[in-house]
Amino acid sequence: MADLTTDFSGIRSPNPFWLASAPPTDKAYNINRAFEAGWGGVSWKTLGEDPPIVNVNGPRYAAIHGPDRRVIGFNNIELITDRPLAVNLREMRQVKRDWPDRALVASVMLPMNEASWARHIPMIADTGADGFELNFGCPHGMSERGMGSAVGQVPEYVQRATEWCKKYADVPVIVKLTPNVANIVYPAQAAHKGGADAVSLINTVNSIMGVDRDRLTIYPATGGMGTHGGYCGEAVKPIALHMVAAIARDPGTRDLPISGIGGVTTWRDAVDFLALGAANVQVCTAAMVYGFKIIEDLADGLSRFLDDKGMASVQALVGAALPSVTEWKYLNLNHVDKAHIDQEKCIKCGRCHIVCEDTAHQAITLSVNGERRFEVKDEECVGCNLCVSVCPIEGCISMRPMTSGTDPRTGMAIRRQAADWTVHPNNPLKDS
Amino acid sequence: MQSSRLDRRQVDDNFAALDSSLSASEAAIEAQRCYFCHDAPCVSACPTGIDIPMFIQKIRSGNIIGSAHTILEENIMGGMCARVCPTEILCEQACVRHDHESKPVAIGALQRFATDPVLEGGIQLFKRGKPTGKRVAVVGAGPAGLSCAHRLAVLGHEVCVYEARDKLAGLNEYGVAAYKAGDDIAQREAQYILAIGGIRVETGAAVGVDTDLADLRARFDAVFLAVGLASTRRLNIEGEEAEGVVDAVDYIAELRQAADKSALPVGRRVVVIGGGMTAIDAAVQSKLLGAEEVSIVYRRGRAQMGASEHEQALAQTRGVSIRHWASPRAIQSENGRVSAVQFEVMAPGAGGGLNATGETYTMAADVVFKAIGQCLADAPLDGEQALERKNGKIVVDAERRTSLPGLWAGGDCILDGEDLTVSAVQDGKTAAASINRFLI
Repeated sequence: MADLTTDFSGIRSPNPFWLASAPPTDKAYNINRAFEAGWGGVSWKTLGEDPPIVNVNGPRYAAIHGPDRRVIGFNNIELITDRPLAVNLREMRQVKRDWPDRALVASVMLPMNEASWARHIPMIADTGADGFELNFGCPHGMSERGMGSAVGQVPEYVQRATEWCKKYADVPVIVKLTPNVANIVYPAQAAHKGGADAVSLINTVNSIMGVDRDRLTIYPATGGMGTHGGYCGEAVKPIALHMVAAIARDPGTRDLPISGIGGVTTWRDAVDFLALGAANVQVCTAAMVYGFKIIEDLADGLSRFLDDKGMASVQALVGAALPSVTEWKYLNLNHVDKAHIDQEKCIKCGRCHIVCEDTAHQAITLSVNGERRFEVKDEECVGCNLCVSVCPIEGCISMRPMTSGTDPRTGMAIRRQAADWTVHPNNPLKDS
Repeated sequence: MQSSRLDRRQVDDNFAALDSSLSASEAAIEAQRCYFCHDAPCVSACPTGIDIPMFIQKIRSGNIIGSAHTILEENIMGGMCARVCPTEILCEQACVRHDHESKPVAIGALQRFATDPVLEGGIQLFKRGKPTGKRVAVVGAGPAGLSCAHRLAVLGHEVCVYEARDKLAGLNEYGVAAYKAGDDIAQREAQYILAIGGIRVETGAAVGVDTDLADLRARFDAVFLAVGLASTRRLNIEGEEAEGVVDAVDYIAELRQAADKSALPVGRRVVVIGGGMTAIDAAVQSKLLGAEEVSIVYRRGRAQMGASEHEQALAQTRGVSIRHWASPRAIQSENGRVSAVQFEVMAPGAGGGLNATGETYTMAADVVFKAIGQCLADAPLDGEQALERKNGKIVVDAERRTSLPGLWAGGDCILDGEDLTVSAVQDGKTAAASINRFLI
């Protein structure tokens, strides 16, 4: 079995699955249960200044469900820890002593003044925590007080706070980024400039879950009023993957280790994050939906996947897919794909036909010689993948590249030589 | 033959166990299985052409009343059809889910889930059309008749329904097994249909006895005949008159009308002769009432049975045994009461025919149900000798027009009538559209 041990920016853990700073890591009780279940590390529920914050005494969470009540998206308005700092520090010290092989990272959120960092960072480091994670991400509540995403959205603040933390800490500092920005690369670069050892992302996405359609009020609500919260869970994974890959590819940040966060539910999700440049992953929602036991499949599935790929360690997978990520302008415009429908697998639901007919390129038949039969009309197919996306039978429709002959849609010969937008005749700015 | 083989609670439990509906979460999960096919095969397989993917989509979205509307606008008896349709040979047989998992979407159960609240709440989804001043007589208040009457009312015509029996709904009320039609569903559905307004009903008014078809044709702008098949076929064998030899349809009707089913007489050894739904219903219900041995004997093979495989399997899992390739030859009796039936073993002959083998066997029985089909009663058609008939049934064209001007027909009484509630509903719809074209 492949070795799952990871060294994340100097912080070692028996597997790359950490619990993200969130309700599951609120206190020693939860974390002891998590470590017993097999989690590789935790980022402790974010610490702040005393006196501790308070939470609402109404709903903190809400979910977007599939029709069978499977949780697809999740939202919260919980703030950072609501326990006194001394209680957290005492428990952190004990937990680290009890679980020396597991990663224990202290998540912190402090105001934008150096004195606060000077006072708190050494005190927290004294617990034996393996590192710090700076919470510049929460988009609700704390951001109204000038912390969380209010910092993360201003690269200069990110840099300054990172510098303060580095000045008073002698363990690795991870900067946790908010996705509620126009371009994730700027705060990542700022963290790098501030001396961060690593970044973690994404924190939650600003969101309103919906409306109570009986009362016509925001849902969820506390005493009839509600506010925006942080969105997470499977639904945000594509957003997170994009941001992880962007930082992993940017020349200014590509050497920063990334802790990938955002909708990791199974080992497959973890593979995606790792292959796009994350060095480990953090999980919250999946644990909050299913409990800590899911770590067994996360670790077991990843290990078997690595075995199948002939990879001896997690490290071998990190960034494996990155060379395939590029900008649109570098995509090969000479490449031609056509959809192909496996008639043996086709159940004749007609979904591919109707979506192509109504919303795409009228490239799939409804009948052939009077028989209900769905075939791709190569002379219309642009290879858009819509039919593949909507077909209920996995593997029934696939995209097949044309490697020779003439594309019947355009009448143009298939060219082996790649050519992208930068050299396309329609590009007014093309390289001359 | 005796009553109270089981106590009332046991009988009620037996019948209730077969009359189940989906919970909201079961329906949500099942609805999720529908792929929302384009030009969906299930719709083509439904005689009334209900937009099945759309009504299931509306269940998924929580628009249950809208879902019921989608169903009822094509099939006003969608509630009853959800219970009695042989979905396994109609919509569910066509479901594309068969291909990969051999398990179709439970369309019938979902249809019941969507329509129950509308019938229970009496939520009226249809409006009587602006009066046209035209008057149409409908003869027979079964599925074809009520369907036609409702559609005519939607179109604004004034309808008068003549029904020979005391209650409405025809075979839904008198001919369907009680376990499929609990909670007085047939009557509630009939009342729902009438609630649209513009439909006058005369029960206890048998055409040919109390009124006259020629007279109706003279008094109304159009007439729709939906008289069903009121006579039962005879076995025409020795001993048929013995006590205990009963028409299955009569027994099923009696069972439906009984306030306390456990008080009904039940045989100990029951033999049902026939191979259709009526045979299954009589056999299964005998078993539910506590009969010890129940056998269906059919003269042809399993594949030729009118009852679907699903229904055959239901009977078998309820403890009914089904024997094939045997034809009744004589009924034996003791003191005037049936004691046994003698059968002759049959063999398939050339061209789908049957050959008698000469080999016989005898089965002991204290009750014999005859379930070998029904035929058109003569009375309603007296005096209409010009009405074209074939094989004892009324000939109609695609619009359900008979050979006589101003006279339409549908349901079981027409040639090629399919003996299904859902087909009868479609006959009524089709005829109403044709009548409307004729009148307007």
